[in-house]
Amino acid sequence: MTTAATTTGSPADGALAVAAIVLSLLVAVWALVAALRHRPPDRMQLIGLAVLELLLLGLVLVTAVALAGGERPGEPGSFFGYLVTLVCLPPLAAVLARMEPTRWGSAIVCAVCLVTPVVVVRLQQTWQVLGG
Amino acid sequence: MAELSPARPRTNSGPGRLLIAVYLLFAIAASSRATLQIVTRFDEAPLAYLLSALAAVVYIVAAAGLARAGHAGRRIALACCALELVGVVGVGAFSLARPDLFPDETVWSGFGSGYGYIPLVLPILGLVWLRHTRSRTAPAPS
Repeated sequence: MTTAATTTGSPADGALAVAAIVLSLLVAVWALVAALRHRPPDRMQLIGLAVLELLLLGLVLVTAVALAGGERPGEPGSFFGYLVTLVCLPPLAAVLARMEPTRWGSAIVCAVCLVTPVVVVRLQQTWQVLGG
Repeated sequence: MAELSPARPRTNSGPGRLLIAVYLLFAIAASSRATLQIVTRFDEAPLAYLLSALAAVVYIVAAAGLARAGHAGRRIALACCALELVGVVGVGAFSLARPDLFPDETVWSGFGSGYGYIPLVLPILGLVWLRHTRSRTAPAPS
């Protein structure tokens, strides 16, 4: 099943996922700096969240294509749970950040952007069949 | 909306909102995990999965309590944070002492080690926050 040369990796493993993780961490750092400087969430954070959401939706699209191509996640229940959670995270951060126009809004953006990469990694793990 | 004083700190603003956000994240994590475990393989580890479900409910109610910010909300949040702390310490200790009872992980296993120990820190932060917001409304005797 696992060929060393060309492992047909998870659709959640590609450049899109890497980009989402990197961007998410960048936004987290940016928001952390804002929070430490007593700044409310700024336009950059919201733009960052929007781009992040686009990347995650792209991930959903890639996954949908893989599913249509007959590929299946190792743990379907967890995988789709993580996928749904993932695309909800940036909007959640944006809504809460708008509700809290203080440094703590930036802290919320930071927290959510730290959680997002973890969920992406879990998503990748649940695609692979573990212990196989 | 009868405000006691304009400067009254509320549990649902400032740092409290961050706390609510983290509680929400854990509510999502625990409830989706519990639902999945109970629906797909309840027989394998019923105790662990029921505890996951309990944790999920506690996180949801705690978030709601903090968000409501009223007197009742504070009490609810206080009860939930206390229950959470007992839960994470109890389940954490039990999962180490009797691993046979926990063939599968819960949110609270190993003191929340699978979740970066945040489940252990969260109720403490919650209690500190509740105490902090109270001390300014009515200075508590030390």
